[in-house]
Amino acid sequence: MSTNQATTHDNAHTKFDTRPIWRTFWILLVITLVELALATIHLKTGFPPKHVLNGVYLILTCAKAFYIIAEFMHLRHEIKNLIMTLAIPACLFIWFILAFILDGNSYRNLRNRYDPYHVEQNNTKIAPAGGEEAPAGKQEGPAAVKPGEQQ
Amino acid sequence: MAQAIPAGTKWWSGGKSPFNVEYGKLMMWYFLMSDAFTFGAFLISYGTIRMSSNSWPDPNEAFRAFPGMGEMHLPLVFVSLMTFILIMSSVTMVLAVAAGHSGDRKKVTFYMILTIIGGLAFLSCQAWEWTHLFGEGAWWGRNPFPNVNGSKASTNFTNFFFTITGFHGFHVFSGVVVNCIMLIKNLRGDFERKGHYLMIEKAGLYWHFVDLVWVFVFTCFYLL
Repeated sequence: MSTNQATTHDNAHTKFDTRPIWRTFWILLVITLVELALATIHLKTGFPPKHVLNGVYLILTCAKAFYIIAEFMHLRHEIKNLIMTLAIPACLFIWFILAFILDGNSYRNLRNRYDPYHVEQNNTKIAPAGGEEAPAGKQEGPAAVKPGEQQ
Repeated sequence: MAQAIPAGTKWWSGGKSPFNVEYGKLMMWYFLMSDAFTFGAFLISYGTIRMSSNSWPDPNEAFRAFPGMGEMHLPLVFVSLMTFILIMSSVTMVLAVAAGHSGDRKKVTFYMILTIIGGLAFLSCQAWEWTHLFGEGAWWGRNPFPNVNGSKASTNFTNFFFTITGFHGFHVFSGVVVNCIMLIKNLRGDFERKGHYLMIEKAGLYWHFVDLVWVFVFTCFYLL
């Protein structure tokens, strides 16, 4: 272990460049502000449709995650072996997300088709429908639950 | 570090770490990997349940408050502030690691203190938010917020919210404790005696991971 530390730290006393840190900070801050601005514009005008906006949010989130891992956690500056031992298992997330989200979608369709109680619950209004028609539209299943949806 | 490696180094020929990092740091990476899957499981189960529901409460209605602003409608503002605090404390953490690289003990102490303050600020914000939501009648098993389409919402929304932000908050809390230990060790001069500040780097990895998870929690609960 001591030799190991020697190899990684013989040249560790060279200066650590702090400029990329601040650049990363500004990138993360700007992305967060853009997300906030988009959400506010959507609330006021309803302009970028919610499903488009969701896609944008996911892309921006992945960009933020990339910058945190690459710069703050310094992974971009490590050797390829280390990057791959982490990146390859992380690919499981692609299957993980797709499989479970699609399963949720299928379950909603099945319940809307075969579970009258579920549909009745959804059609019983206890409050006026919100101004945000878009997210409901995104999660809206078959036409059976469509009436009363729009304001 | 990577730039000092001669080209054509045979990483797998034995006698050295094929990952060119110290053992503890590699294990911290693997721990974070497993923790990422834990959080992934939480967030994906949230996504699945939300996907299987016909409608879901509007986050802009549920999370609209800001301390001291009364009934003003300010969706996302408070949580953006929390995001900013966490990113800022991540920056001070990297600066502490950078100071450790140049062996500057005083600077490490300074930046570690700033990082701990950032962590405590985030936890305070979360405590306020939880208290506020509890005051509105939200808790595990209780959901006062109706669905967007006006139907009665199940308690899934609050259950997932409190479980996942609570689990994340507990990680932040552990991170603050770890950072405090690092600060004390640094004040005692342990790292200076060892000749390196690798422990600060490992604590730093954990701290950035907490920030990373928050990015996803922020998107899943407040934006989508």
